[in-house]
Amino acid sequence: MGVKQDNADPGQILPPIEQELSNELDPKLKKYLRGEGTNLEVLKDKKLKSQLSVREELYGISAKAAAKAEEWLMPSEGGYLEVEGIEKPWRINQHSISSEINISSLKNQHDIIIPDLGPYTLDFNSSGRYMAVAGRKGHLAVLDMKNMSLIKEMQVRETVRDIVFLHNELFFAAAQKKYPYIYNRDGIELHCLKEHGSVLRLQFLKSHFLLASINKFGQLHYQDVTMGEMIGNIRTGLGRSDVMQVNPFNGVVALGHSGGTVSMWKPTSAAPLVKMLCHPGPVSAMAFHPNGHLMATSGKERKIKIWDLRKFEVLQTIPGHARALDFSQKGLLAAGNGSFVQIFGDLSESQHYSRYMGHSMVKGYQIGKVLFRPYEDVLVLGHSMGWSSILIPGSGEPNFDTWVANPYETSKQRREKEVRSLLDKLPSETIMLNPSKIGTMRPVKKKEKQTKQEIAAEMEAAVEAVKDTAFKNKTKGRNKASKRAKKRKELIERVKRPLLERQLKEDEKLAKKPKISEKENALPTALQRFASKKATA
Amino acid sequence: MKVKVISRSTDEFTRERSQDLQRVFRNFDPNLRPQEKAIEYVRALNAAKLEKIFARPFIGAMDGHIDAVSCMAKNPNYLKGIFSGSMDGDIRLWDMASRRTVCQFPGHQGAVRGLAASTDGHTLVSCGTDCTVRLWNVPVATIVESDDSSNCTAEPLAVYSGNNAFWDVDHQWDGELFATAGAQVDIWNHNRSQPINSFEWGTDTVISVRFNPGEPNLLATSASDRSITLYDLRVSSPARKLIMRTKTNSIAWNPMEPMNFTAANEDCNCYSYDARKLDEAKCVHKDHVSAVMDIDFSPTGREFVTGSYDRTVRIFQYNGGHSREIYHTKRMQRVFCVKFSCDASYIISGSDDTNLRLWKAKASEQLGVLLPRERKRHEYHEAVKNRYKHLPEVKRIVRHRHLPKPIYKAASLRRTMTEAEGGKKKEGKLIVLQEVLPLNHYVKEESSKKLSELWHYQLL
Repeated sequence: MGVKQDNADPGQILPPIEQELSNELDPKLKKYLRGEGTNLEVLKDKKLKSQLSVREELYGISAKAAAKAEEWLMPSEGGYLEVEGIEKPWRINQHSISSEINISSLKNQHDIIIPDLGPYTLDFNSSGRYMAVAGRKGHLAVLDMKNMSLIKEMQVRETVRDIVFLHNELFFAAAQKKYPYIYNRDGIELHCLKEHGSVLRLQFLKSHFLLASINKFGQLHYQDVTMGEMIGNIRTGLGRSDVMQVNPFNGVVALGHSGGTVSMWKPTSAAPLVKMLCHPGPVSAMAFHPNGHLMATSGKERKIKIWDLRKFEVLQTIPGHARALDFSQKGLLAAGNGSFVQIFGDLSESQHYSRYMGHSMVKGYQIGKVLFRPYEDVLVLGHSMGWSSILIPGSGEPNFDTWVANPYETSKQRREKEVRSLLDKLPSETIMLNPSKIGTMRPVKKKEKQTKQEIAAEMEAAVEAVKDTAFKNKTKGRNKASKRAKKRKELIERVKRPLLERQLKEDEKLAKKPKISEKENALPTALQRFASKKATA
Repeated sequence: MKVKVISRSTDEFTRERSQDLQRVFRNFDPNLRPQEKAIEYVRALNAAKLEKIFARPFIGAMDGHIDAVSCMAKNPNYLKGIFSGSMDGDIRLWDMASRRTVCQFPGHQGAVRGLAASTDGHTLVSCGTDCTVRLWNVPVATIVESDDSSNCTAEPLAVYSGNNAFWDVDHQWDGELFATAGAQVDIWNHNRSQPINSFEWGTDTVISVRFNPGEPNLLATSASDRSITLYDLRVSSPARKLIMRTKTNSIAWNPMEPMNFTAANEDCNCYSYDARKLDEAKCVHKDHVSAVMDIDFSPTGREFVTGSYDRTVRIFQYNGGHSREIYHTKRMQRVFCVKFSCDASYIISGSDDTNLRLWKAKASEQLGVLLPRERKRHEYHEAVKNRYKHLPEVKRIVRHRHLPKPIYKAASLRRTMTEAEGGKKKEGKLIVLQEVLPLNHYVKEESSKKLSELWHYQLL
């Protein structure tokens, strides 16, 4: 391991406070170390070994500093819900929570009812401050959730099936009846993406600046929104699918099909990376955990399955129906079904999901989309009569990093961030199932061309092995010296033959390559076509 | 029931007045940063490309000599100045910032072969093929120095003449003695007109001499009988001799590890030795395609610069094999002398075309005062590039240097020749080829004392 433990030294007795600290820091250290250190024992190169051991030590020091910073320097604390006595957490409703929390959080509990404009779907930007909502009947709106203000709303008078923010809150894409359109924050239509066709679902890959869409005919399109280039145009061949999610860990797009299969795609290949059979019936919803290892899928046979994506195995099956699924930043799973939403959480850190909370709305409201708000303990439900926002303590990450996502961003900071994220834009070839493979070296191929000395040595060794074999002593005049010598010579030639044949083959291969003769080489380029075309051996 | 929900107060997270700085909050959790390796790789690629865009190492040429520049000397007390001597006897003191001559020291009748400044910076010693050694008073840098019209000429403090032409001179670090190389090695004192001591081992001319920076009584010389000899002044006899296959043109001691020296050889390689153990070279630096004429170490001791007969200047790492940088210009002809400036940022090369050229030691370095943000950004670029420099795309960009065609062809020819000789050479220390002497000693010892006993220098 790359970290030297301070308390491993038996002669050193730490004061009790420091001991406590080091015990608390160990699990956090693991997170910051980002995996195991390299095994330096197998290295024979001393210079490289010393350089790498210095680096490993530096990693240990920086992991310790990060763990200490997490311990002491974080400004906010996470939310929690603790029940006493015989109370069960899933019986607690929003009303009882609202009486216990402070007033400033109460504004996050609300219902917006817009009955005529159809089931609503929504999307958040990366910092959780801005929300884009789209009603099926053509209502598009962008809201600022901090101030609860409406930035822009418009009516496009067409069916809108999906809406996503692009890299900023300034741009969003709406999947309208015939084509997806990209709009400005001021409501100006910027682009009409005709190539995509009638899109059912849209997703945006933030670090690659790719807009992915799945349309009615099952075609997957990847478009680079910086230059407008269509990177990938894949006919999935698996029919129409309503379920599309992006795995934030590695950037692959997963589609759920009506046969119960989930397929994972990357823009550069025409065949899916993975095709797994998840349910006996159609897949109705899908969600990815932010750490990239867990995937939750729900099928129409009323089962929610939680998969481990490293081994592609089912970890857990939860009975229940889910038309919408979402994971929060802290790993809580929300399953929306009809007018009821269930929240599951792995409360004992054992990756076993159990009921945590629930919320039921007015009967008749059909929940179409559930989305956790980043960096807040809020879950927003998009349903057939508008959208509702409820509080789920413990679902959001309390401490944001200013340079990753800042809910209090000013316009200057937003512009800087846009430029920097464009500089760090990942090429579409970096989308792979295991992104930690980037930067590793491929193992060296064993086959190396043998040098002349090695070939000679091999031949000598073979001859040596056979030189001293004893021949049977023949009688009746058949044991002549000349015959013995001939036999020995033949034996040695027999041993040498395969090696010589191998040499010949390699020489033939080299000779086959057309070589320009020296004379032709000496001619200037304009006169080279007058040189003889015969390849010289 | 205890409930708590994340609630942030706006004034805690935003600034009060517009004069305040914006508040920055960090959370180093790797879960918040998906695909960090891919992003680092893209940054490494961009950093490599940026480095190539900003790589403009040539700063300027110092024009003034009318014959080839044969030798240079640094003044340890005055970083901006450099002395240069040419083949027609002209010695000049240059101000590197304005690239003008500050002072001229006329007097030598023939070529000036060696220049050395005393440690206190007040005296300049020069020697030449007219068999004289001259001592000059160096004018102290005054505030009026920027006045271009005052081109002062200095009179020599003393002129000492010898019997034979002198080939090199070097001043003792922190002492009063200087040594000249000619028919034999002479040790002089500033005030005596005859050498106070003389060393000789063999009958060939000694072509270069260097005092050790750490041990002021130890000096290394190279002679035209292909040998490198170490002398000790206290014992007043030569200590060790090492004979190589080809002549060594110049020697430089590592200022940070004074027991190591590097020799610039005629066979296009530089050999680094540990002076206590001369039977094997510590390291061979191979990259030049023609004789290496001069070598100088950086004050950090981590790299050295070499100038070669093949019209290029190369910078090597002290413990490495291949050069990290090569500088060449169409107008720069055979490089006869190079110096690393005392602040490790510049390289001065004196060449056959009568010019001294000033180069940056790090080609893409931003000169001048850097803001802390700029410095951090440069450091980050360096670190991320070093982390991914083994990957093919990044390596291709970092390694790429434009070579002049004759040098490219000569280098590939040398490569073919070494490969034909016997495949890949063994990695590690290359044994210096030494001639078998009739006495069956590879390294001759004149003094009975072990060389290691002469070292009082302690490794820190």
